[in-house]
Amino acid sequence: MKRTRKTRIRNGHLTQDNKASNTGQLAGYLQAYGQLRAERHEREPLWMQQLREDAWERFSARGFPTTHDEDWRFTNLASVAKIPFRRVLKSNVAHLAKEIEPFRLPGALCQLVFVNGHFAPELSEADSVPTSLEWCALKRAVDCGIESCAPGGIEQHLGRYADVRRDVFAALNTALWDDGAYLRIRRGAVIDRPVHLLYVSAGEAGQIAGQQIMTHPRTVIVAEEHSHASVVEDYISIGDEAAFSNAVTELVAGEGAVVSHYLVERENLASFNVSTLRIEQARAANVSSHSILLGGGIVRNNVHPVLAGEGTECLINGLFVGAGRQHLDNYMLVEHAQPHGASRQFYNGILAGEARGVFHGRIVVHKDAQKTDAKQTNRNLLLSDSARIDTKPQLEIYADDVKCTHGATIGQIEEEQLFYLRSRGFPEREARNLLLYAFAAECLDRMKEPAVREFAEALIRARLGDLVLTKDSAGGAAEVAEEKQSWEEVG
Amino acid sequence: MALLEIENLHASVDGHEILKGLTLSVNAGEVHSIMGPNGSGKSTLAQVLARREAYQVTAGTILYDGKDLLEMSPEEAACEGVFLAFQYPVEIPGIGNAYFLRSAMNAVRKHRGEDELDAMDFLPLYKERMKLLEMDEKLMNRSVNEGFSGGEKKRNEILQLAMLEPKLAILDETDSGLDIDALRIVAQGVNAMRARDRAFVVITHYQRLLDYIKTDFVHVLVDGKIALSGGPELALELEERGYAWTEADEQVLPA
Repeated sequence: MKRTRKTRIRNGHLTQDNKASNTGQLAGYLQAYGQLRAERHEREPLWMQQLREDAWERFSARGFPTTHDEDWRFTNLASVAKIPFRRVLKSNVAHLAKEIEPFRLPGALCQLVFVNGHFAPELSEADSVPTSLEWCALKRAVDCGIESCAPGGIEQHLGRYADVRRDVFAALNTALWDDGAYLRIRRGAVIDRPVHLLYVSAGEAGQIAGQQIMTHPRTVIVAEEHSHASVVEDYISIGDEAAFSNAVTELVAGEGAVVSHYLVERENLASFNVSTLRIEQARAANVSSHSILLGGGIVRNNVHPVLAGEGTECLINGLFVGAGRQHLDNYMLVEHAQPHGASRQFYNGILAGEARGVFHGRIVVHKDAQKTDAKQTNRNLLLSDSARIDTKPQLEIYADDVKCTHGATIGQIEEEQLFYLRSRGFPEREARNLLLYAFAAECLDRMKEPAVREFAEALIRARLGDLVLTKDSAGGAAEVAEEKQSWEEVG
Repeated sequence: MALLEIENLHASVDGHEILKGLTLSVNAGEVHSIMGPNGSGKSTLAQVLARREAYQVTAGTILYDGKDLLEMSPEEAACEGVFLAFQYPVEIPGIGNAYFLRSAMNAVRKHRGEDELDAMDFLPLYKERMKLLEMDEKLMNRSVNEGFSGGEKKRNEILQLAMLEPKLAILDETDSGLDIDALRIVAQGVNAMRARDRAFVVITHYQRLLDYIKTDFVHVLVDGKIALSGGPELALELEERGYAWTEADEQVLPA
């Protein structure tokens, strides 16, 4: 069977179970897959080849999701699916040094830069990395195998957690990733400065119109027992061209490890960004995921922790700020698999113009996960009549001694608060800006890594400053569409 | 010329006329108390003076310090020295008390063309005034009014008054909901702020506050108009006899 399938692919045809409607849309991906296989086939270990093959099969069978998929009900990808994104070959990118300079994270321990999917050592800085933090470009880690780059075996982790059967974008990433970062924090090591992973989509000079770039960055973070570390994944664009970034990160936190993961999405407004963070937590591990979504045209942010050990703690903290026609979709799936786990989800959204936000918060408490304590809060500010949020909590509880609460609020800037500030002398614009910032600051306050907090604060301030200046955000207080839900379920 | 001259003021909320021809004159240095039954328009007067946009003035004039107050936005009025102590102080999560108050003071200073206060100038003053109002210094770093008790919120209003040093301070039912200790502390704060160049308009439902704040004039507001004015003795009479006898006509709006 396998042989047959390979032949088909090499011949440039799709397998038969493809829906006809997908055929045209998937041609570009098929071409990229064929090209990648031709380049990588000889070098990659068998297990990786197998992973790619299975993932490709999965993706090509299903194609892009439609709004008939329950998980994609609020996000229509029809326009994106039509774009013939192309994979870019590795090239020298030293000329981008100046352009990426403003995107560096002050105070970072090191910075690994990837341009159009490929590791760019000429732009990266990793001189002061201690030996307790092993890092490597993922491609090299996979190709070298166990001995030199990835003691402990990268094949134990890569592709083991991200679910290619459930998630077509994870499948597409697994089939098509060119490179990414591999980080391993050694047992007991405390890495006290953040690792900055900068993923850049850069339109090329002389780029043919309609030939937008796609990348599928893959990141593997292995935090061994009782280690501490913070990692920032940062997505940016150079230029105004549309690009498709489809990132998958597998974060494995060993027993008692404390890991903070930060996602910063600040690509240009023409970009399509899908990111999937899959977290696997061993006993007593403490992981926090912070998502700061400020840019991108259509953005899907998946966070999927599995609290696989006893007594784990997980914080999922997010802020999404949209204006114009931005579409920001946040999909959370928190799985409690063992007893005494605690998860906290806090997502705040600010939407202006015709921006649309989605918050899908699903909590699954498995049969054995007694004494689970799960909490979910999604708060939203709509700054215009045309902005929209769909918020959808979902609880699935199979254990009988758990505490799960969730709630969502949707509102506008409170006129009472605005008036209170103005009555104390704050000019109206400043008062609005301050209230927006205060709303966003709830998320900032949960970020404990000082360098990242400061960095995030500056980004958020700049973004909110832009929002207040746009006319549509000064929506009247008269038409307050408020809807409050809050309920508690204690089993 | 009086600091505040209100002439035949008519004001509506959501198309309902609440103030129906109110006239009042307040000189610098004076304390005026405005009493009256629920729904008579006391809070509406406070909100109009603070320039809340939802309260529409349909007729009449307000001259404040010789200027047309009705032309001012809330922030302009604040910068010109109008201060409202809110009946229900608003919680603003995410904005620290100290930051809020220093920014407010600097907004006023900027308006006056004065230099901004830095934290070093601000903090000693802030701590001193907190002591006057017997407030816990820890509240300084908390968000504005967030998680404050009712008494703490009211004290925080008077603290802001003490820091911003307005020319015209309007207290909107600052006494309601306060126990006797809190009432004493609030009154102490107000009394400490009395000055020749500062006027107070104290809106209250009960005479009790006036045991602690010495008032010069008492006005009874009924159905959107001043029905009766007098000295402090009028408050005592109201306490004994209720409001019914003051009503110009029989209509008292329910709360």
